[in-house]
Amino acid sequence: MKVTVNGEDTVIEKEQLTVTELLKFMKVDMPDMVSVELNGSFLERNNFETTKVKDQDSLEFLYFMGGGSKLG
Amino acid sequence: MNLSEEQIERYSRHILLQDVGVEGQMKLLNAKVLIIGAGGLGAPAAMYLAAAGIGTIGIADKDKVDITNLQRQIIHFTKDINVSKVESAKEKMNLINPDVKVVTYNEFLMANNIREIIRGWDFIIDGTDSFASKFLINDACVLENIPFSHGGILRFDGQTMTIKPKESACYRCVFIKPPPADVVPTCSQAGVLGAIAGMLGTIQAAEALKFVTGVGTPLYNKLLSFDAKTMRFREVNFKKNKKCGVCSENAVITELKDEEQVACDLPAGN
Ligand SMILES: [Zn+2]
Repeated sequence: MKVTVNGEDTVIEKEQLTVTELLKFMKVDMPDMVSVELNGSFLERNNFETTKVKDQDSLEFLYFMGGGSKLG
Repeated sequence: MNLSEEQIERYSRHILLQDVGVEGQMKLLNAKVLIIGAGGLGAPAAMYLAAAGIGTIGIADKDKVDITNLQRQIIHFTKDINVSKVESAKEKMNLINPDVKVVTYNEFLMANNIREIIRGWDFIIDGTDSFASKFLINDACVLENIPFSHGGILRFDGQTMTIKPKESACYRCVFIKPPPADVVPTCSQAGVLGAIAGMLGTIQAAEALKFVTGVGTPLYNKLLSFDAKTMRFREVNFKKNKKCGVCSENAVITELKDEEQVACDLPAGN
């Protein structure tokens, strides 16, 4: 199947997989530090394991970034 | 209030801009912008906002300047080690531009004081480190209806979005809740290229100046991110999250509470 991840076409030799499996396939080493948008909707992290990714889906991986100074 | 002759000279490069002009400069001089965090992001933001003639600049931080800050927190100098960050930042802002009134908050911003502190400011710049702080600022700004700029940096990467509560997607719309404490990389493990803080903090300052003058289109409903290794910038567009815990019709957050601090625990901050 072909999905779009962060704007780039990605071909995966599978008919279906979960968001967790896709994160692993894309070599995201800290999936807890990612917010995932699937076809325009943001997913709860608890649902990564049960949410299926299908052919033609479009995903964005958005990374948590801190930085700056400690609050006050 | 009219611009003095000295002000007309000082701000001439703004006044020359058709979109800004004398009218825009007057808006800047009458504006109040609060910067939360006088660190990597807050330092360049504070310097550009002071130079631009933002009339009242608030700066909140509880830390003292540490030698490890000096690699990127360019508002603090070697002589300022052990000085409170807000005092150090105030000194430099006033040296850059005596027109600016600087209000310092040498305190922790927590659930029990943040709403009071942010109330009355026109725009806020989030220059904080921890995810708990970022969610706290987001929720407080949504509840108080104050627009703000989110910024984050890590290693060679930066990201930013501008939020107009109720109208555009908020930080919680996108990131939903803080990551689990045990997976967050610490500062000492992660590190950051100093100039990345300057790039990101300067974008945040530009967003504040755009907001105040009404020029251009703020980074609403989009996350701008860049990777300095390739210098590739990317925008991800989105809408408000219908299930957002704080800004949607189904919001469950109506008052603030302190979350577990999830950030680097180095004494000097990031
Ligand atoms: Zn929201």
